[in-house]
Amino acid sequence: MKTLLKASAAALALSVAAQGASAEGKLVIYHWFEYMPQELLDKFSAETGIEVTMDTYDSNEAMLASLKAGGLGTYDVAVPGDYMVEIMANEGILDEIGDGELANIGNVTADWADPAFDPGRKHSIPYQWGSTSFMVDREVYDGDISTTDILFNPPAELSGKINMLDSQGEVLAMAAIHMGIEQCSQDRDKLKALNAMLTEAKAHWASFNSDTAKEVLVSGDAAVGQIYDGFGAKARAERASLEYAFPKQGYVVWMDNVVLLKDAPNRENALKFMDFLLEPENIAAVSNYARYGAGVKGVEEFLDPELATLPEANPPADAGPGAFIAVCDEQTQAVYDQIWTNLKK
Amino acid sequence: MAGGAATGASVTTDTYAEARTWLLLPAWAVLGFFVLAPVGMMLVYSFLTKEFRGGVIWEFSLAAYDQFFFDRGLFGDEAPKIEWTYINIFWRSIWQAGLATVMSLLIGFPTAYFIATRPEKVRPIWVFLITIPYWVNLLIRTVSMKFLLRDNGPLNEFLMSVGVVSEPIHIINTNFAVQLGLFYSYLPFMVLPVYASVERYNFTLSEAAADLYASKWTTLRRVLLPTVKPGVIAGCILVFVPSLGSFLAPDLLGGAKNFMIGSLIEEQFKGSAGNWPFGAAAAMILLSMVLVILMVFARQQAKSGKEAG
Repeated sequence: MKTLLKASAAALALSVAAQGASAEGKLVIYHWFEYMPQELLDKFSAETGIEVTMDTYDSNEAMLASLKAGGLGTYDVAVPGDYMVEIMANEGILDEIGDGELANIGNVTADWADPAFDPGRKHSIPYQWGSTSFMVDREVYDGDISTTDILFNPPAELSGKINMLDSQGEVLAMAAIHMGIEQCSQDRDKLKALNAMLTEAKAHWASFNSDTAKEVLVSGDAAVGQIYDGFGAKARAERASLEYAFPKQGYVVWMDNVVLLKDAPNRENALKFMDFLLEPENIAAVSNYARYGAGVKGVEEFLDPELATLPEANPPADAGPGAFIAVCDEQTQAVYDQIWTNLKK
Repeated sequence: MAGGAATGASVTTDTYAEARTWLLLPAWAVLGFFVLAPVGMMLVYSFLTKEFRGGVIWEFSLAAYDQFFFDRGLFGDEAPKIEWTYINIFWRSIWQAGLATVMSLLIGFPTAYFIATRPEKVRPIWVFLITIPYWVNLLIRTVSMKFLLRDNGPLNEFLMSVGVVSEPIHIINTNFAVQLGLFYSYLPFMVLPVYASVERYNFTLSEAAADLYASKWTTLRRVLLPTVKPGVIAGCILVFVPSLGSFLAPDLLGGAKNFMIGSLIEEQFKGSAGNWPFGAAAAMILLSMVLVILMVFARQQAKSGKEAG
């Protein structure tokens, strides 16, 4: 009992001390899980004296829901994916970054300086980018995997051994790519065909799981799994027979971005943090940890040399085009919701 | 559960009658703030207009309930038919939760009986052992279960090594895995209330029944079970209700291929659908259903209480 008291007294003293150290103020980050190396946050705190708090989420939609349900005014920055930046901007929950407010904005590579989802980078800076495709266990199947048929019309060896991401956006975007129809199509016949194709494809699928997308592949529970490229690189490190596919029909590309939230309680510190992440050395630390691309000039010298040749990050010449997930209008989104419900009913 | 409390209650009422209002105030405040207010909010939200991508517009609308009960086709403009999708999802959840409850009862009752018949000194140790898994987070327990059950996991390896089966049994991503997960998650909720009533059971009654030539089965059926019924009902409710709304076991063990009530509601708030009124309406329908079930149980219990008295 005595030691317990002592321990809690010590803990109390520590937390008081920690509060004392926050003279430079705070920064509250809303971020994906397992996506930010703690050492980097420590480095930021050490450099600036700003005390950092981080909450995490597991999907773009969950983050949006939580912000709309009263999270605004709590967080300074969040890290939405490409299409979610557009949605959040439309919802009016992003603050604008003024000209000259970010000293390092010039470090953004030309490719990512003016993306369609945030023209002129008014609200966001690049965090990480990569692709979403799928992996196949080559011990189970050694045929051609550079086709979306593997997911939607698989050979017999793979039927019943497929894990899909439990995410409407990723599954429906890939399905549209598979059928060669534009995303968010408003053509009724195409939407009906999409619905029918997915219903048939589902018979081949074992599960929908995002959180354990890597684990089911590593353990061998699934022989095919929809997965993000960096997650895939980590999976391959644990099970060498896994191969990431770049289908000839195309695949999904994405970019996560640090955005400045409306009503950010520590706006100045949020901008400091963004500048910090635009330093090549710092964002390279994220890439080395998460195994994704950075979108900032001059990162190469700080990157783990292995990343340059990573098969998951370097599409072969015959790969199809990469496409961002499109933002549907309200009416089309309602049909997409209906298709998703039909798929999982 | 309520059976033995009747005499005790009248005594407390007398002793604390004057201070009663004040003493109950904190309880009312907690109930009001944490139960009534959220449920009231949910009720209100279920009748509002949905805002695109989450949120509500403060205009009265029955759209959420309409969506639940009527099918208007993929594009929402066909003549309304009865919508079976959500009814099926509810039915599936009830079925899963019901099977999990039956499994818990079949395993939990003998366990509780066993504990209650140990010497008084060691009973707390058994109860303690039952609660140990509860110190670990439910998510972690469910993930561990997944590791245990999978095709090349320890369970199948063991079964194959002792020669019970030659091929791994496929359990993961089936309905049975979901039931097993629910059963495992909520078993102590069955054992503890049943134990509490079996412990109070006067075992000389069983002896008396045996003296009157009742077989063991008859004694169980006509003496023990009626006496401990309140505990059994409490246990069933405590397993059934959380199973009905759970989404961890269906998602992780069942592979999330089919919506359950819990995951359907979650999808409305955390998924792309962002349809808060519909999520609230589904939750209200679930709540009403659970209330009806509880009322049926409560009425039965009151009836059996009268018969006993």
